[in-house]
Amino acid sequence: MLNVKELRSAYGESEVLHGLDLDVAPGEIIAIMGRNGMGKTTLMKTLMGIMPTRSGTVTVEGKTVTDLKPHQRVANGIAYVPQGRMIFSSMTVQENVETGLTVTGESTVPPDIYELFPVLLDMKSRRGGNLSGGQQQQLAIARALASRPKVLLLDEPTEGIQPSIIREMARTLRQIRDEKGLSIVVSEQVLTFALDVADRVVVLENGTFVHDSPREGIDEAKVSKFLSV
Amino acid sequence: MFADYSTSDLIAIFAMQGFAGLILFSVFVLMALGLAIIFGQMGVINMAHGEFMILGAYVTYLMSNLFSAYMPALFSMYFFVAMAVAFVAAGALGMLVEWALIRHLYKRPLDTLLATWGLSLILQQTYRTVFGAREVGVSIPDWMMGSLPITDLIEVPINGIFVMVLAISISVGVYVMMYRSGWGKQVRAINNNRQMADAVGINTAWTDRMTFAIGCGVAGVAGSAFTMIGSTGPTSGQLYIVDTFLVVVFGGAGSLLGTIASAFSISQAQSIMEFFLSGSMAKVLTLLTVVGILMLRPQGLFSLKLRK
Repeated sequence: MLNVKELRSAYGESEVLHGLDLDVAPGEIIAIMGRNGMGKTTLMKTLMGIMPTRSGTVTVEGKTVTDLKPHQRVANGIAYVPQGRMIFSSMTVQENVETGLTVTGESTVPPDIYELFPVLLDMKSRRGGNLSGGQQQQLAIARALASRPKVLLLDEPTEGIQPSIIREMARTLRQIRDEKGLSIVVSEQVLTFALDVADRVVVLENGTFVHDSPREGIDEAKVSKFLSV
Repeated sequence: MFADYSTSDLIAIFAMQGFAGLILFSVFVLMALGLAIIFGQMGVINMAHGEFMILGAYVTYLMSNLFSAYMPALFSMYFFVAMAVAFVAAGALGMLVEWALIRHLYKRPLDTLLATWGLSLILQQTYRTVFGAREVGVSIPDWMMGSLPITDLIEVPINGIFVMVLAISISVGVYVMMYRSGWGKQVRAINNNRQMADAVGINTAWTDRMTFAIGCGVAGVAGSAFTMIGSTGPTSGQLYIVDTFLVVVFGGAGSLLGTIASAFSISQAQSIMEFFLSGSMAKVLTLLTVVGILMLRPQGLFSLKLRK
């Protein structure tokens, strides 16, 4: 579904991603683990086109999107939930979700999105900025789903969210995958969440993948060693 | 200062000055709406906004000449055609300017100030070369002249009423576009977070160009309306630009309602004080009050309260 080949990305002269290869199968959930500063967010931003690609290719369902702008990548089936959620705070919840509809041409929010996140329906006229952190996270996911993506990118969705909601989020993400059949790439520092949600766990360290393992039979001790400071 | 007037005189004065204030209010609203879109929503400090208005005024002047020369029978209606053409002309110029100049400066908002100031000088000289340095006036159709007597002492000019109706309809139009249309949603999303708007699928480059064009188009219509209450010269735009920014900043950039409320309070204060004090004294007092209020509320009259 999503194929990344030899992807390199840099801030000015300093290269952050050193030729990453990643293949995400349809309906697969991949967790990208790594400590701070290892390149997780850079990878997400490069996949989304927010950061320029230095070399390498990104394809979605066989279509190369490497040279496309972010909004064109959305039209090609990538959706993005950034770190810190970045919802449009002065707009209402409903309007926030509607911005995701731009590429589909629909004008009303499909009911299945509110079914996933009933709390958003209750608050649809509230301003996004007045929601709690957990609700904003749900809103950011709903907004991303509105564009009917094939691949959903989530950058550290558990940051600043209480543990009970984290478990629920893992359940919701798997439910989204099962219902819509999309692939999910989630960057994460919390191992328990990654094991809850992912089918495969890869570890990113200093801009290269150093470990890749399906969830079944994963060597938890080894992965947590990568994550410990 | 009221001692020299009788009560009925005073009532008439307040009513007439109030109405003059309402006309000034409409003028302010018309001027400020385009800038409220461009500065309030896009954050572009457009110093050439006055020149876009003047373009609309010159277009109206051309249309008035055209109609009186070739279609005198339809002359009474030329004004509506002129407004539409002014919108298109100013909008098209706006689109060109956004493409050539503004889009390179979104990451450097202060530089837009210099760039658009330069643009305003270029446009002024262009007008001077094309239309001459002398001010031009348009001939107003008969039905817009004269005034409506309300009582013996109170009369209201018809062109004033027309400007007011125009200001109200354009305000409603801009409101609907901003808060009810898909375009408005995209504009506000970009205003919130340009990068994220792109990442949810909004074509920010195209939306920016349309937004700038619409803002300039509205300025063009405003300029068209001004031909009814004053003459047009190459530098007339300079007279408007300070007041326009004052209204938008005082109202709270980004709030349409704030723009309208601030246009109303500034125009009423100025108009009523003008009768009893000298014009410049009235202006000084208004400005002082605005500066004082902005020191206490730097975000303007109306602003959203949100958790960050």
